[in-house]
Amino acid sequence: MKDFIKGLWRQNPVFVQVLGMCPTLAVTTKALFGFSMGMATTFVVVSSGVMISAIRRFVPEQVRIPMFTVIIATFVTAADYFLKANFFQISKALGPYIPLIVVNCLILGRAEAFASKHGVLRSFLDALGMGLGFTCALIVLGAVRELLGAGTVFGCRVMWKGFTNWIVMLLPAGAFMTLGFLVGIFNIVDKRVKKGKKQGTAAADRR
Amino acid sequence: MADKAGKGMFKNTAVRMIAALVAVGVFSGITLVFVYNYAMPKIQTNVKAETDRAIRNIFPGASRIESTREEDVSRVMDARGGLLGYAFTAEGNGYQGCIKLIAGVDAGLSGMKGMEVIESQETPGLGAEIAGGTFKEQFKGLSIVHPIEYVKNRKPQKPYQIEALTGATISSRAVVNILNRRIREIRGLLKGK
Repeated sequence: MKDFIKGLWRQNPVFVQVLGMCPTLAVTTKALFGFSMGMATTFVVVSSGVMISAIRRFVPEQVRIPMFTVIIATFVTAADYFLKANFFQISKALGPYIPLIVVNCLILGRAEAFASKHGVLRSFLDALGMGLGFTCALIVLGAVRELLGAGTVFGCRVMWKGFTNWIVMLLPAGAFMTLGFLVGIFNIVDKRVKKGKKQGTAAADRR
Repeated sequence: MADKAGKGMFKNTAVRMIAALVAVGVFSGITLVFVYNYAMPKIQTNVKAETDRAIRNIFPGASRIESTREEDVSRVMDARGGLLGYAFTAEGNGYQGCIKLIAGVDAGLSGMKGMEVIESQETPGLGAEIAGGTFKEQFKGLSIVHPIEYVKNRKPQKPYQIEALTGATISSRAVVNILNRRIREIRGLLKGK
């Protein structure tokens, strides 16, 4: 269970590890795109993690990176075709960033750091946690940018009529600004939580 | 493994490495064949549906779309079989990447019926407005006897002029250039028959 939770918070791929920044910054102009990108990445990281964990004993150490890469590329291509076949508009909007999941270091990172050393079930949970953590981060980023840049969230109008869209939020600069603020907020919250925990244990000790 | 390996072991490792890589490659190949077979027909349907929708937007009365001998040029007919005009794809460089359009011209090649942006990576809020209503509308009924021109910050004077988007001259010019080049090509192609 710990393997699953850590991807969501303590080792969140975007806010803590700052991995996979290319898709994070590029596709999050809309919450929906962030969601789709996150789901595609989750699919790839989970299936490649399970696969790699299952064959980890047969992988000669010297060629593990090419093998992992081929496995990851296979799943990425599958995800790309699946999106093109069933969600054509989304796939068009995400453009080259779906195939580029191949080079998302989150995925190879999990394969190398976790899946190649742990059993199938733990690797599955770890990958699922990381994938969902990544997805959540992308949705938040996308929602903030969409809200300020277009006045909508998931395509629904949120801002009042006459709200001037901050187009800069849809441009790359907006991506960096949003990410910066979110990482900052994340750290503040994280510190508060840790502090609270420490005080809790200290209080328990005293008793 | 390799560090305590003798000469014979080294060979063994090499064989293992090759075997493992081949196995992964075969697995990957087989998987992709299945995925490809599943997805390809659907993808083609999607692309065709999108093209058809764009053409029907340009020619509201279209009932039959026939492909010609030329790739990417289709003949558009109304319900009674009368020729409404030709629809074709056109693409070229925009401000940030390839712009792909579908455009329609009337049967006499004297005016445009309209155009639709299929793909573009222009700046949101500025260049991306080439796909927006106001800009697109200008191409309906635009004369193409003369190459299309764009004017900035004033109303077009001539029937072959459009007004460029404020703040997105490059994107507007790109659309105009793409259309002019392609219309010239189409004229040559259709004259051949």
